[in-house]
Amino acid sequence: MAQVSMTVNGKAASGEVEGRTLLSSFLRDQLMLTGTHVGCDTSQCGACVVHVDGQAVKACTMLAMEADGADVATIEGQANADGSLNVIQQAFQDHHGLQCGFCTPGMVMSAAALLKENPKPSEQEVREYLEGNICRCTGYHNIVKAIMAASGQDVTAIAAE
Amino acid sequence: MYNFEFEKPGSVADAIAALGTEDAQALGGGQTLIPTLKQRLAQPSKLVSLKGIAEMQGVCTGDDGAICIGGATNHATVASEAGGYPALAATAAHIGDPAVRNRGTIGGSLANNDPSACYPAAALGSGATIVTNTREIAADDYFQGMFTTALDEGEIITEVRFPVPEKANYQKFVQPASRFALVGVFIAKYADGVRVAITGASNDGVFRWAEAEAALSSNFSPDAIDGLSLSGDDMISDLHGTGDYRAHLCGVMTKRAVAAAA
Repeated sequence: MAQVSMTVNGKAASGEVEGRTLLSSFLRDQLMLTGTHVGCDTSQCGACVVHVDGQAVKACTMLAMEADGADVATIEGQANADGSLNVIQQAFQDHHGLQCGFCTPGMVMSAAALLKENPKPSEQEVREYLEGNICRCTGYHNIVKAIMAASGQDVTAIAAE
Repeated sequence: MYNFEFEKPGSVADAIAALGTEDAQALGGGQTLIPTLKQRLAQPSKLVSLKGIAEMQGVCTGDDGAICIGGATNHATVASEAGGYPALAATAAHIGDPAVRNRGTIGGSLANNDPSACYPAAALGSGATIVTNTREIAADDYFQGMFTTALDEGEIITEVRFPVPEKANYQKFVQPASRFALVGVFIAKYADGVRVAITGASNDGVFRWAEAEAALSSNFSPDAIDGLSLSGDDMISDLHGTGDYRAHLCGVMTKRAVAAAA
């Protein structure tokens, strides 16, 4: 066992982990931040996407000790300071970008990473960026629409499809 | 996963020392190794992360004009910083998905030498030099079959040097579930000839297609591939495609790469 320390959603967090402890396990089982979902556990589905030092990563395919000293952001830290949904989260609600909601934390975190590096993505760019996030409910259409709307772009053309 | 120790040294020398432990294993971005460990297909005593080694990070241009990439540089960084070799940057930009590209490293990919990975095609197709802690290995000598390389036990890739061609392109026929190449063809046109490297197809891993190289060296156009074919006998055959299908795709993707080369 070894000690790891990191900043999670702006707060200092630390704990004892084994070498094999995944970042997803540390977040969920020790910090009780269960918003980071583990879907496939094989780095395919993207439900576990979090940001490590500002970069989107799959928390099920990174060791907790690899994140020692890092700045980690999870879905729990995405809402506005007053508790209201942030722009991306609100857009997912407004445009029905979720059904069962299991993939949503990863979708929102991937969307946040995309909009940080590309504030006005095209529909195609959104679809390509979501290659590593799987949704079994929506058919992606409303997720793409929500992300386009969150970027401040007109989504009436997409809505017409 | 079986348990293991974890160490994150800050220099190549410390990493080599750490890898001296019996059954120690180097860890790049872990995008293949961690899933492998989850399946209990490997049982290292210790993982030695190479991500804390500053001298193995980043992209630069060498005195000879080659693009030099630190072994622990992730795919996203190559995609954004290897603009001096656009086809290489484009190849990196389409490996896996964005989250995978933020973790996976060029050294890890080349050390693993997955028969369907993209970087082996880029390295072999460019005649790259694989620099390790002890020596420099030409790509032609480095790849030795599926998951097999010239690396010795405990040897790590510190840098990869890519000579920049006049024209190059990588065309990947994506296997949509894994996002690996069902077949991927990297072509590069240098002053002394054309190189064609193919991943995803052969049971022997990445390989050069000599007949296509000869044809394209005298006539760099898609038509030059007409009439050339590879045998499907030694190609990977699985539920995603037969050997004959992959052999056919080699020709198709080579033509597309030539047509798109810039």
